[in-house]
Amino acid sequence: MIAIESLSKRFPRVTALDRLTVGIEPGVTGLVGANGAGKSTLIKILLGLSPATEGSATVLGMDVATQGGAIRERVGYMPEHDCLPPDVSATEFVVHMARMSGLPATAARERTADTLRHVGLYEERYRPMGGYSTGMKQRVKLAQALVHDPRLVLLDEPTNGLDPVGRDEMLGLIRRVHSDFGISVLVTSHLLGELERTSDHIVVIDGGKLLRSSSTADFTQRTAVLAVEVTDTDTHPDGAAALREALRQAGVALHEPGPDGGRAPGAGHLVTLDAADESVYDTVRDAAAGLGLGLVRMEQRRHQISEVFTERSAGDVA
Amino acid sequence: MSPDRTPAHTTSPHAVPGQAAPGQWEQSGSAGAAGRGQDVIHNIGYRGYEGPRLGRGYARRALFTQALRGAYGLGRSAKSKVLPMLLFATMCVPAALVVAIAVFAKSKDLQVTYSEYVLLMQPIIGIYLAAAAPQAFSLDLRFRTTPLYFSRPLTRGDYVAAKYAALTAALFVFTAVPLLIMYVGALLAKLGVAHQTEKFAQGLVFCALFALLHAAIAAWIAALTPRRGFGVAAIIVAITVPYFLVSALQGIAATTDKNTAIGWLGVGSPGTLLDGVQSKFLGGPSGFPAAQTLDAAQGAVYLVVLVALLACFTTLLLRRYRKAGL
Ligand SMILES: Nc1ncnc2c1ncn2[C@@H]1O[C@H](COP(=O)(O)OP(=O)(O)O)[C@@H](O)[C@H]1O
Ligand SMILES: [Mg+2]
Repeated sequence: MIAIESLSKRFPRVTALDRLTVGIEPGVTGLVGANGAGKSTLIKILLGLSPATEGSATVLGMDVATQGGAIRERVGYMPEHDCLPPDVSATEFVVHMARMSGLPATAARERTADTLRHVGLYEERYRPMGGYSTGMKQRVKLAQALVHDPRLVLLDEPTNGLDPVGRDEMLGLIRRVHSDFGISVLVTSHLLGELERTSDHIVVIDGGKLLRSSSTADFTQRTAVLAVEVTDTDTHPDGAAALREALRQAGVALHEPGPDGGRAPGAGHLVTLDAADESVYDTVRDAAAGLGLGLVRMEQRRHQISEVFTERSAGDVA
Repeated sequence: MSPDRTPAHTTSPHAVPGQAAPGQWEQSGSAGAAGRGQDVIHNIGYRGYEGPRLGRGYARRALFTQALRGAYGLGRSAKSKVLPMLLFATMCVPAALVVAIAVFAKSKDLQVTYSEYVLLMQPIIGIYLAAAAPQAFSLDLRFRTTPLYFSRPLTRGDYVAAKYAALTAALFVFTAVPLLIMYVGALLAKLGVAHQTEKFAQGLVFCALFALLHAAIAAWIAALTPRRGFGVAAIIVAITVPYFLVSALQGIAATTDKNTAIGWLGVGSPGTLLDGVQSKFLGGPSGFPAAQTLDAAQGAVYLVVLVALLACFTTLLLRRYRKAGL
């Protein structure tokens, strides 16, 4: 989809991208980095709108330096900032943008109706956009990026300004852009944890440099975590501690309660451990039974990406 | 590249309940806004687009048409139609009166020539321009819509060319339609076909020059003033102040019998520049004090200045968009 090769972008006072090399495959890819990490700069270069200082990049096999026009015909872009005129309706606006992408008038109208429906805008699409909520505006912005049926969309901070519900809806929609529409997605966020359920692959950049690029499944599955909650008994007033001790002796890799372990309600009763394979479940069951503890729950959790990265980047990316 | 076009329902290794299930999202997403009956519509799957992609040239034409219509409030709210239509009517009614007067007075020619009419109506044209240019150029900058254009095959040059052409065309229509009314009226009143046709043709050339220059100036100002109202004020000032200043200086020159100075001073404002051009080259009467016309040298300078101004303002306009990136 995208191949980035030793790409640098230097502004007079800052280096926005610093010899970045990364490949991006079809699917949903999250591009994560703190504010100023160079995410938006990278998107502008990928659209062929801003020349790189050095290095090269191709999008859909086309060179960003020489084939920008052809790239932009088959790529959609959703900017991070507001970009909607308030006195125009979503329908009129998206039809116009479809025509700007080269769609004939009739096709532009049909695609607009389809696309607005797919992003979840119904009757309100005929009203001026000035009266829309942030969530609705974000949907129109997404619709104009999808209306010409691109092969790839570049979404710059699509969840910015949304409340938690709106954010989840937007993330679900982004997932659908790939799973249902078959369009690959590069989506940016300055929040590390946000894209993990949405993305197949995560690229983390910091200060214009690549920090990490790996498949989401890769590190979330590799580090599948089992959380176990047990009751306390008279013999074991701290059931969790007793279980922890028993499991440690059985050779299970336990997670030490984190620094925030005490904060979450009931966290003290939780024993978390790496579920390397199926036998761990039996070990836990046997250990709990041996101690006479009641098993309240035993659930599999995925590691949060942020936890995976905390050791590496000392939390400054999140 | 084809594998990515296949809907990949199973690629999500971490489908969370209520998160990635197709169909489920739309219902929660439309909560409150959508009625029950729409569930059926929801389930129409995504259809790709296999039809033609008409590219830059088409997009440029579509943008031109949209901006031209927009300059008359067409395709916009009813409220936005009021001012341009009112001004357009104000432009046309006196033209009809000119014809009526010629008919009733049984005169051999129209009392006002074609190009002269445009110059006389400059205040109205100025107001129209001050409304239309920000509409075409400021809004996309104010609401930051330009990145959406530039993320498409359209280049910055295409965008500027289409918008500038549209504003020029709008201004041309605004000035040429009253002339057409005068011409048709003159023919109906049997005022001499050959003479009227020649003058009308010259009038149209004048309208085109007038529109090209004024659209370039107003477009540049509008592109520099994204904020509401600023462009309107700046354009009115830019068009009227130099004109009145130059006219006043010409008046002083006339009273002191410096008649060649009148000609030279006229280069100083778009309005007087165009006045000189039409009286020298397009057979119109001079609007300068003492009906002063230009000598050959002045004529040449006027043309050079006209071309230079056009080149200058269109270049400045283009430069403005080189900066206005994403
Ligand atoms: N046009 C520009 N001129 C100068 N510096 C810029 C420009 N655009 C971005 N930058 C700088 O480049 C860095 C990366 O910016 P950006 O790509 O917008 O980051 P992000 O989108 O990750 O927040 C920032 O330090 C920013 O100030
Ligand atoms: Mg950014």
